[in-house]
Amino acid sequence: MMNTKGIVIAGVGGQGSLLASKLLGRVLVNEGYDIKVSEVHGMSQRGGSVITYVRYGDKVYSPVVQSGEADYIISFERIEAARYAYLLKTGGIIITNTQRIDPMPVIMGTADYPEQILEELTAKGVHIEAMDALSLAEQAGSFKAVNIVLMGQLAKHFHIDYDKWIAALEQTVKPKFVELNKKAFALGYQFGN
Amino acid sequence: MKELMIGNAAVARGLYEAGVEVVSSYPGTPSTEITEFAATYDDIYCEWAPNEKVAMEVAFGASLRGVRSACAMKHVGLNVAADPLFTLSYTGVTGGLLVCVADDPGMHSSQNEQDSRHYAISAKVPMLEPSDSSECKEFAKLGFEISENFDTPCLLRTCTRIAHAQSVVDQQERIVPEHKPYEKNPAKYIMAPANAIKRHPFVEERTKKLIAYAETAEINRIEMGGTEIGIITSGACYQYVKEVFGDSVSVLKLGMINPLPVQKIKDFAASVQKLYVVEELDGIIESHCRNIGVDCIGKELFTPLGEYSQKSIAEAFGLPAKETITADTAVPVRPPVMCSGCPHRGMFYVLSKNKITVLGDIGCYTLGSAPPLCALDSTLCMGASVSGLHGYHKAAKGEADGKSVAVIGDSTFMHSGMTGLANIAYNGSHATVIILDNSITGMTGHQQNPTTGYNIKGDPATKIDLESLCHALGIARVRVVDPYDLEETEKAVKEELAVAEPSVIISRRPCVLLKYVKAKSPFKVDQDKCRSCKRCMKLGCPSIHMKDGKAAIDNTLCVGCGVCQQLCPFDAIQEGEN
Repeated sequence: MMNTKGIVIAGVGGQGSLLASKLLGRVLVNEGYDIKVSEVHGMSQRGGSVITYVRYGDKVYSPVVQSGEADYIISFERIEAARYAYLLKTGGIIITNTQRIDPMPVIMGTADYPEQILEELTAKGVHIEAMDALSLAEQAGSFKAVNIVLMGQLAKHFHIDYDKWIAALEQTVKPKFVELNKKAFALGYQFGN
Repeated sequence: MKELMIGNAAVARGLYEAGVEVVSSYPGTPSTEITEFAATYDDIYCEWAPNEKVAMEVAFGASLRGVRSACAMKHVGLNVAADPLFTLSYTGVTGGLLVCVADDPGMHSSQNEQDSRHYAISAKVPMLEPSDSSECKEFAKLGFEISENFDTPCLLRTCTRIAHAQSVVDQQERIVPEHKPYEKNPAKYIMAPANAIKRHPFVEERTKKLIAYAETAEINRIEMGGTEIGIITSGACYQYVKEVFGDSVSVLKLGMINPLPVQKIKDFAASVQKLYVVEELDGIIESHCRNIGVDCIGKELFTPLGEYSQKSIAEAFGLPAKETITADTAVPVRPPVMCSGCPHRGMFYVLSKNKITVLGDIGCYTLGSAPPLCALDSTLCMGASVSGLHGYHKAAKGEADGKSVAVIGDSTFMHSGMTGLANIAYNGSHATVIILDNSITGMTGHQQNPTTGYNIKGDPATKIDLESLCHALGIARVRVVDPYDLEETEKAVKEELAVAEPSVIISRRPCVLLKYVKAKSPFKVDQDKCRSCKRCMKLGCPSIHMKDGKAAIDNTLCVGCGVCQQLCPFDAIQEGEN
């Protein structure tokens, strides 16, 4: 029996993490896995730190990923990757956008933005794949496609055919955004090759 | 067909398959999507009611007429609807009636952590609790059978991790039960004392029958896994327990959490050496166990606070924690903030600048309490800003005049602000109420309300005019301002606070996240003109930050509202090019 795998999608409210989890959910359901996705709606969506959990395997019970249980963390912003790094299991991988979005305490000058935090985690042995997903999204046609760029990078780690990801993408996004998102997905997938 | 669905979508699917014909609700996280998804089925009449009490009474009327009906709300919404619920327990139903209520342990988006199971106990109605999306659908359908078979409204309780968790659901056909013809039945439906006295024994008898049902119901399921440890649990906690222990312990999974079985629990307790009760929030199952003479371990081991998880349960059982890595450098917190271009910001800036005491309400504008605006003094419940302000004024005996206001959103005003405003007019306080009219129910994710001119399907509907409404409620002074215009907004606030009579300011500008609101080009800071005075930073706008000692605007966030431009004394903030 396959152990349950955990994926965490972290970002700032409004960055489109719900669409990323929808795509992931779709592709994993298409593959026949049992799956649970847990997200939080409402207040934290308003520019706050938001987190979505995805768990899949032969039989999934809990919908949440806890300390040391994540195989992958997908982060839409640099320090959000560090905020949730404790969820990563030994040998897990962080895929993060290098974009910086200042949280309110930093904007107000009551806290510092920890510029070197990814380097610090790398020094501790965490495998981090950092990418400027914002630029790639803009290259694809919209800064809003950061979510799909990062999913493209994640897809490289899965034994699921590229075409199946694209099929899931077509099932997930509105028809008029399919081309843009396919481009964003491809750019994410090609990054680091 | 198998579909990945959030719990709320699965409840809606259950309503559809059960042949429900009328759904009336008021939005509230985490319950909102039940009604939104129900509205996608053309065979169900769905609506947003002004509040939960109205919604439940609409469902009652539909049931009276002989069709299956439902309403959905968050836990605090059930407080509002408690009045009809308690007497609906006496009348019972004609068509099945399901009341969906979503708790929010951990308070992801709520003002308290109340446990709605108490309502099921005190109103003496059955309550079901699913533990994944598939059960959300099945239990919703079962709820109608229980409702009709036992002549009672039935509660369906979820929590955030069920309502907003997706899992796989198998879909079936819709079956609409035959309509029951309407028959006048005063003894059942007119709850005047003479009739209600006769209905109360029926309620007590019904509870006995429901307990008998609970003893054998398939949804109260025993999964034996050895005799050493037995765990009684329900809902999301069942999943956490199974995650930790798999099949290595015995579990009594309760799908029906009111009333609770007696013999089944006694038998289960007798079959294991050590009995635990794992339930979030209050120790309700635990108390029941003790009441029937069953010893168990409950709240002495598991907290009454917040959400549980596989981690918290493993910890409580003393199991080793999983290895983790954390950075040594602190990561600054990222609290939710009012969006860039949020129309509430301008008004809060003015209130904060003038050091006005602000009684707040429930909605996105609660975020006005956060630094740097720190504009709010209280947030209690829906409508409490308006009525609270009146009490505050009466207690201050004139000293609060000109120094305090209430702020309340358009939807919240329709929900329960109107009655408070009538009280201000009737009992005469010199209070100023500010209706933050962003033309939508914002925080719950954009639901229409009686002031927006559209119904749940997005079709045109009667638009209740707030100005006329306030006049009709007895307020002579009603004016409208655009909160993007700081000068006009400040003038309005100062003038209304200066008069010795009640007044209403409608701060009107649609929510910037609405699709029809077109963003303008992002504004820019002229680095040569910026003198780093940080005046613009006082707005707490997430688009503005300091970069290399000068103000800078994030062009992926800025929507060009122009409020910051009005604050800059050096004309350093400029409109973007289109």
